[in-house]
Amino acid sequence: MTENRMMVRVQIMGESYEVPEGSTIIMAMEYAGYQLKRGIGCREGFCGACATLYREKNDYKIKGGLACQTVVTDGMVIAQIPFVPAEKPVYNITELTPDIDTIKAIFPTVFRCVACNTCTKACPQDMEVMDYIQALKRGNIERAADLSFDCIRCGLCALRCPAEIVQYHAGTLARRLYGRYLAKKSPEIEERIKEVKEGAYDGEFEELESMSREKLSEKYYSREIKLK
Amino acid sequence: MYPEYMIESIKKVEETRPRRLEKSKKYGKEVFPHMTDKERGEILSKFHPDYKAGARKEVRVGPNKGEILTTEISDLLESYSRINPKDFNLDKIDYETDVLVIGAGSAGMASALIAAKNGSNVLIATKLRLGDSNSMMAEGGIQAADQRDDSPTIHYLDVIGGGHFDNKPELVRALVSDAPESIKWLEELGVIFDKNPDGSMLVKSGGGTSRNRMHSCRDYTGAGICRVLRDEVYNLPDKIKYIEYSPVVELILDDNGQAVGAVIYHLETKQYSIIKAKSTIMSTGGFGRLHIRGFETTNHYGATADGIILGYRVGAKLLFMDSVQYHPTGAVYPEQIVGFLCTEKIRALGAQPVNVDGELFVYAMEPRDVEASAFIRECLERKNGITTPSGLCGIWLDSPLIDQISGEGTIDKNLPGMVRQFRRFDIDIRKYPMLVYPTLHYQNGGIEINDKCETNIPGLYVAGETSGGVHGRNRLMGNSQLDLIVFGKRAGLNASKRANNGVKIGKLSLEHIYDYEKEVADLDINRRKIAPILLPDYIPEHVKQKQITAEYFGTLI
Repeated sequence: MTENRMMVRVQIMGESYEVPEGSTIIMAMEYAGYQLKRGIGCREGFCGACATLYREKNDYKIKGGLACQTVVTDGMVIAQIPFVPAEKPVYNITELTPDIDTIKAIFPTVFRCVACNTCTKACPQDMEVMDYIQALKRGNIERAADLSFDCIRCGLCALRCPAEIVQYHAGTLARRLYGRYLAKKSPEIEERIKEVKEGAYDGEFEELESMSREKLSEKYYSREIKLK
Repeated sequence: MYPEYMIESIKKVEETRPRRLEKSKKYGKEVFPHMTDKERGEILSKFHPDYKAGARKEVRVGPNKGEILTTEISDLLESYSRINPKDFNLDKIDYETDVLVIGAGSAGMASALIAAKNGSNVLIATKLRLGDSNSMMAEGGIQAADQRDDSPTIHYLDVIGGGHFDNKPELVRALVSDAPESIKWLEELGVIFDKNPDGSMLVKSGGGTSRNRMHSCRDYTGAGICRVLRDEVYNLPDKIKYIEYSPVVELILDDNGQAVGAVIYHLETKQYSIIKAKSTIMSTGGFGRLHIRGFETTNHYGATADGIILGYRVGAKLLFMDSVQYHPTGAVYPEQIVGFLCTEKIRALGAQPVNVDGELFVYAMEPRDVEASAFIRECLERKNGITTPSGLCGIWLDSPLIDQISGEGTIDKNLPGMVRQFRRFDIDIRKYPMLVYPTLHYQNGGIEINDKCETNIPGLYVAGETSGGVHGRNRLMGNSQLDLIVFGKRAGLNASKRANNGVKIGKLSLEHIYDYEKEVADLDINRRKIAPILLPDYIPEHVKQKQITAEYFGTLI
C-alpha cells in the first residue's frame, strides 16, 4: 500500500479509521492495526471464512460480502462475522438414497422455504441459492448439486434466511449424493485400479526406478507427447 | 476495467488472435517449440528466483546443518521456541489420542478419515478452521493416469522429469500408483468430477504432462475435494475430534526419541494444552506467507511453514528446502488481487501467454519453473511486459481465445471461479486477457518421508505440502491435490497401524528445545527471534509504533 494514495474514512465495528482508497475490507482492517484470527482465511475468495456485513454511506441497507473481495468506500460501516452457529446434521453417506426422502429426513427445514430470495441476494458468489433450495424441495438432486457447486460456505445465506434453512449444508448433501450415487461412473478407472493391483506395471516401474539419471533424462525428453 | 494505455496493448493481442487461433485449431497446444534439456537449464539458472544472489544460504543449526537452503527458511530455522519447557508439567495431559493430526487441509483430513476407519481415535489440532488451507484454494485439477492412452509409468516419467530427476523414486511410484484409486475414493465420498456425457472423466493437460490426465471440479477442484472431506469429518464426531484455532507450537518427544504428541496454543484464550498421542501426523501445509524474495503469494493466510519448524526442532530431516515454486500465472492487475492464482487450467483450456505486442514467446505448457522463468525473462530482460499503474510488470494470458477455440460458454462452464474473481473488479475475462506474473505458490521440499510417510523420527508421519521428496525440485500441476490424498491416506493408515500395534510410550519430554536453542544461542541470535510465527504480519509500521503495550511474539498475539 503506497503512502501517497487517497484515503477514505470507514467505521470498523463502530470505530472510525482512515484507510487507503481501493483497499479491500481485510486490507483496511490490517491497515487499522488488526491482526485477524477469525473472519479471515484464504484471502482469495475461495474459503468463505471472511463473511462480512456492511452498510454504505447514505444507505439504510445492510449488505453481505466477503471481506477479502469487497473494496471499501468512504463512509462504509463494517462488521466481521467470526462464526456462524448453524446446525450441521450428521449422516452416513453410504446409507442414503439420492432422493427427496433423504432431504426430508436430514434437512426438513428446506421445505419451509417461502421463495423470498433473500438467500440469493445475500450470496457473495452470486449463486442462485433459492433455486437450489427449490430444486431440493422437488427432489431434484442433480440441479441442486449443479446450482450449489460454487458454494464456499460463508454462511451468509443461512444468517439472512427467515425460514431458518442452512442452505450451504443442504447444498453439500446434494453434491455428495450426486457425486456418489447419480454421476455416471467412469469404466476406465476400475480397469486401471485392477491393473495396478495385479502388478501390471511393476516391471516397468522397476526398470524406471533402476535407471541412471542420464538414461531417465534421455527417456523423458524423447517421450511421446499426446495431448488431445 | 483496464486503463487506456493497457487497452492499447490489448488491441495488439486482439490483432494477433485470429492468426494464433488458426494455428491452435490446426496444431492444438503445439504452436511454440518445447524447450530442450539445455534450454530449460539455461533459463532456470538465469531467471528463476531460486538462482538469484541471496536466494539461498547455509543453515547453521539442526539436522541439515551446513546445507544450503532457501534464505528465508534458513533464517526461520535459526530461531527460538515460543515456549519455555520449564513452564510445562508433562504429567498433566489435556488430551490423549491414538492419532494426532496437525493441520486440517485435505492431507490432514484424508489421514484422519483413514485412521478412524482403521479403528483409531483421532484428534485434529488446527491453527484456524477445519479445511482452512491451501488445499481449499486449489483450482485447476488433480492428476491420475486412468485414461486408456495413459499409464502410471507414463505419469511417473512426467513427474520425475518435471522434478528434474531429483524426486525420490519410491514416492513417485506411490503417487502415480495410488492415483486412480484415490479418484475413486473421492468419488465414493461424493466429490463431483467434470465428466463427459458417457461418464468418462473430462481430462485436460497440465504443464509438463505428456497426456491429458487432469481431472477437475470446474475451477474449484481443491474446494470440491476439501469440502467433502471436511463434511465427512463432521459426520464422524465419535471417532474424530477436532480443536480449531489451536496451532501446535512444539512437538513432544519421549525419552526414546519418539514423537508422542504436541503442545497446542489457543489463539483466542491464549491457553496451552498438552496432547499425548501414539502417532503424530504433520500436515500443516506450506510457506507462502513467508513471502520469499518479497513475492506475493497464492497461499492461505496460515501458510507460515509451521510444520517444517516443528519437525526440524525434534530432529526431522528436510529435503529440497532449497527450492521454491513460483506459479507462472499470478494476477498483477487489478491491485486488490495481486498475487492471486490464475489457474493453470486457463492454459490447459487453450489460453496463450503473449507479450505486449500480442506475440507468443514460450510453449504454454512447460513445467512451472520453466514457464515462470520465461515470463520473468520476457518482462525483465526482453522488456516486453506490460507495466501496471502501481509499477508491477506482467504479460497477457489471452483467455478469450478459449471460447474461440472451444465455443462460447466454455469459459463460463469451466472457469466460473476465475470469471467471478475478475468480474468483481469489472474485468470480463471472456472478452479481455488477464495480466499475470509469477507468484509464490508452493513449497517443493519439506520433511523427508518414505512411501509410508514415515520420517527419521519414530512416530512422526508427514503428508502433503509439508513433506519433501515426492516432487523433487519442481511440482507439476495437479500433483499436489493428488499428493494430499495419496499420502494423506498412507499417513493415516500407517500412523493408525502403529497406534494399534500397542506402541510403548516413555516419559514425555520437551528437552529437545533446550538442545536446539543452545545451537541457536551459540550463533548469538537475538532472543526475540522465534518460530513458528503462526500468522503473517501486515500491520503498517506507523500503526505498530503505536501498539506499545501489544505483544509481538513472532506475530501479534
